[in-house]
Amino acid sequence: MRNAVLVRSYGATPYDYSEIFRYAGVRSADGDMNELLEQCLLECEDCFSYNVCYTTLPVNLGGGLVEFGGLKVGSKNLSAALNGCESVVVFAATVGLGIDRLIKKYSRISPSKALMFQAIGTERAESLCESFCKDLREELDEKGFETRPRFSAGYGDFPLSCQRDIFAMLDGCRRIGLCLNESLLMSPSKSVTAVVGIKRKG
Amino acid sequence: MGLRELIKQKIIYLDGGMGTMLLAKGLKAGELPERWNITHSDEIVDIHKSYYDAGSNIVSANTFGANSLKFSDDELEEIIGAAISNVRKAQHLTSNKGEKFVALDIGPTGRLLRPYGDFDFEEAVEVFAKTVRLGVKYGADLIFIETMNDSYETKAAVLAAKENSDLPVFVSNAYGEDGKLMTGASPAAMVAMLEGLGVDALGANCSLGPKQLKGVVDELLLYSSVPVILKPNAGLPCTCNGETHYDVDAGQFALDVAQAVENGVTIVGGCCGTTPEYIRSTVEKTKDIAFKAIEKKNDTIVSSYSHIVKIGEKPILIGERINPTGKKRFKQALVENDVDYILREGFNQQEKGVHILDVNVGLPEIDEKQMLETAVCELQAIINLPLQIDTADSEAMERALRRYNGKAMINSVNGKEESMSAIFPLVKKYGGVVVALTLDEGGIPATVEGRIDIAKKILRTAAEYGIDKKDIVFDTLCMAVSADSTAAPTTLKALNYIRNELCINTVLGVSNISFGLPEREAVNSGFFAFALENGLSAAIINPYSVEMMKVYYTYMTLHNMDENCSEYIRFATQTLANIKSVTSAAPTHTGEADGRVTPLQQAIVKGLKEQAAAVCIELLKTVPPLDIVNNEIVPALDIVGKGYEEKRVYLPQLLMSAEAAKSAFEKIKAFICDSGETQEKKAKIVVASVEGDIHDIGKNIVKVLLENYGFEVIDLGRNVAPEMVAQAVERENALICGLSALMTTTVPAMEKTVHLIKARMPDCKIMVGGAVLTQETADLIGADKYAKDAMEGVRYAEEIAVKAQ
Repeated sequence: MRNAVLVRSYGATPYDYSEIFRYAGVRSADGDMNELLEQCLLECEDCFSYNVCYTTLPVNLGGGLVEFGGLKVGSKNLSAALNGCESVVVFAATVGLGIDRLIKKYSRISPSKALMFQAIGTERAESLCESFCKDLREELDEKGFETRPRFSAGYGDFPLSCQRDIFAMLDGCRRIGLCLNESLLMSPSKSVTAVVGIKRKG
Repeated sequence: MGLRELIKQKIIYLDGGMGTMLLAKGLKAGELPERWNITHSDEIVDIHKSYYDAGSNIVSANTFGANSLKFSDDELEEIIGAAISNVRKAQHLTSNKGEKFVALDIGPTGRLLRPYGDFDFEEAVEVFAKTVRLGVKYGADLIFIETMNDSYETKAAVLAAKENSDLPVFVSNAYGEDGKLMTGASPAAMVAMLEGLGVDALGANCSLGPKQLKGVVDELLLYSSVPVILKPNAGLPCTCNGETHYDVDAGQFALDVAQAVENGVTIVGGCCGTTPEYIRSTVEKTKDIAFKAIEKKNDTIVSSYSHIVKIGEKPILIGERINPTGKKRFKQALVENDVDYILREGFNQQEKGVHILDVNVGLPEIDEKQMLETAVCELQAIINLPLQIDTADSEAMERALRRYNGKAMINSVNGKEESMSAIFPLVKKYGGVVVALTLDEGGIPATVEGRIDIAKKILRTAAEYGIDKKDIVFDTLCMAVSADSTAAPTTLKALNYIRNELCINTVLGVSNISFGLPEREAVNSGFFAFALENGLSAAIINPYSVEMMKVYYTYMTLHNMDENCSEYIRFATQTLANIKSVTSAAPTHTGEADGRVTPLQQAIVKGLKEQAAAVCIELLKTVPPLDIVNNEIVPALDIVGKGYEEKRVYLPQLLMSAEAAKSAFEKIKAFICDSGETQEKKAKIVVASVEGDIHDIGKNIVKVLLENYGFEVIDLGRNVAPEMVAQAVERENALICGLSALMTTTVPAMEKTVHLIKARMPDCKIMVGGAVLTQETADLIGADKYAKDAMEGVRYAEEIAVKAQ
């Protein structure tokens, strides 16, 4: 069976405090800020579920056009990111709806906490992508391939509208409960889709 | 024999994976499988036939994603017509001589409903309804709603099915590894909601293998009174030499499913990764297992989007504070459409430990129907407690029940013919546990027997509507003991009889009893204790009353309902101890002349909410409210705001200060409300996240700060259509409109909104902000002001307000 979409679930990784503070607009954290963060971390402890769905597809490159999984797009930046690659891994990662609930709840009763939860959610989603890409890199390395840095729709000239095609390839709703809204935003909001180029070593 | 009878008599076999088979036949990534009904009809018929051959009784048409979001109306009709006809063809071709049915298959739309996505509930109902109507037209035998991972979308699909057909409805949800739906519902919560909606069978499919779904299935069997479905994946997918396999083979799959059948599952099939071979093995392994019809369950249960609350084991607390009766500040909040106030009441009561929230927003000055719907939607978005919808207006009741994401408590019905004929059909259609008051056309009977007779009449009538007695709780009504000295014994005896002789659960609004007496809490808490002793199942109370909570926690502990006395100890060490420390530590002094910060200012600068509120209450005893605002709160906010502009204070700190100021303001508002003065506000500002944008944190920050500075902020929320914004600006005669956008894709919507406002209300100033905006974009779309952050927005608003005066 080819073109199948696979799912991976991950456990929690340690929090990167400095990244969370950076997302929250705090340049150097003092006691108050650390306390606020600790409170928030305690409250969101059980709210994450780390899931990734992905599929591996052959890619055609040429004349600034990139073609995979039924998507055909003119994007110089994406072409460059996939230069020399024969296939791509297309993935969607989400840390679940729980954090959105906390953000929504606290945006009504405590905007400072809502802001911290925003920052924590972003850090979690990035951390999940890093875990997945690291696994991918290591698994493919053994087989004689290298991976390129992940590239998302909306970066450079890779249009955000390609999200629709990416969702059609991944069936994200069914696999990991990830939906695409009319305005191309994702729900749950702390989610990432990206393309990783795969290149033969040497 | 019809399917509805058949599922009560024998094990029913569904089909296996469709996607799996289509991929094997060459379906490409990104291609829509539903089109194959027309373009590859022979392949589809072949797949269906192979499932019938393997022993399936029900084969699902290839309509999983056939909806009007993906296809035009014409193509949709063609697809559904062809899909059902493909299954019919397979029925003629197969050698299977058993009962054969064709299901209209309905999967999720792929869009998440509001408030976490952008899809409107009624729009979702209509999308499903179109598919259902076509399924009926082309002759489907049942509707199979499957793989749903959101309880709310499931409800939309079930309503569409029930409102547009009389066909049997099967519902199967996709549970995650944590045993819950993606949006949080437990299996028990799904049973409560789905049975309430009147489905014929319910269960679990997809996501996991039969072994991993065991916990989910056991919970479904424990709560369900309708047959349970299991349609799992062939385990989990894995790759091997570039090919994908599932890790459970047909033989093992059949053994695992057979185990579930032994445990009581009666409708089985397979999902992703399963093939006709899996179904054949499953039939083989299960056909000799004796059929065991599911037992009817008699628990009284309500649910939220996440969990159930059982009424009748331990006494349940229902928080009564979301109700304007006798509360000036609450009335003001309703008139001002201040939903945040309602949410805070909900949140605070949850913190106090209630299990269910009563929601009553009835006020003659407002549109109760709209407000109740809004309150229910907003509350269920952020609070996971089940709601008790409390209104005398049956139309408002229906709108709220329709939107409720679970099985609600319904307050109330009574023995009057008019009441029963209005409320019981709603209970039947939407599900719910209904509070029944023992009164009728003749009023409230003075005797115990009179009230019991009414209770019996209500039960009889409910049964005629098909409502089970487990979905009724009786309120035997407590009257003021000051007016009638026999009030308490009558109520308690009737209560005792209904609970212990009729075996039906009971509820009471406890606080009426003390009406007209001094120190009412003393009487209320005493009465509450006696009611509990007489079999009260649920009490509608004020959870902020420490006296009531004392009774509750001691009752639980003394009746062996509180293991290791842990709940009581938590209450005693946290709540009771806290009360003592707050009363002894309230600071009193204010306004020091030497320019140092005052206690209130300090509390605000440091962002201490509770302290700011406590100091403010003390100040209000001696200082006029407006002086507190001008001499204390505004200067404190200025200190923090200046720090933020100079980059000494960070955004979270600025917000913490704003929240502390807001909690002080709340005390001032309540004080002014009680004294009957009218508040003077600076000016009205309408704020919104533009259409398509569902981010609102930036907008919320601006809102909080503007409110702190005394502006009346009308918050339209997020994803607001240009027309709605323009209407609000016009209606409110707003001085300023603040618009927020985070994504490049929503800037055109912002531009459209700006133009619409400028055309209708040329004097209204428009300020814009958000991640994608720059001064250039703001100029380009015709906004008056680009605010780079919230403080700049506040400064601008102040400037405009001064000019306007």
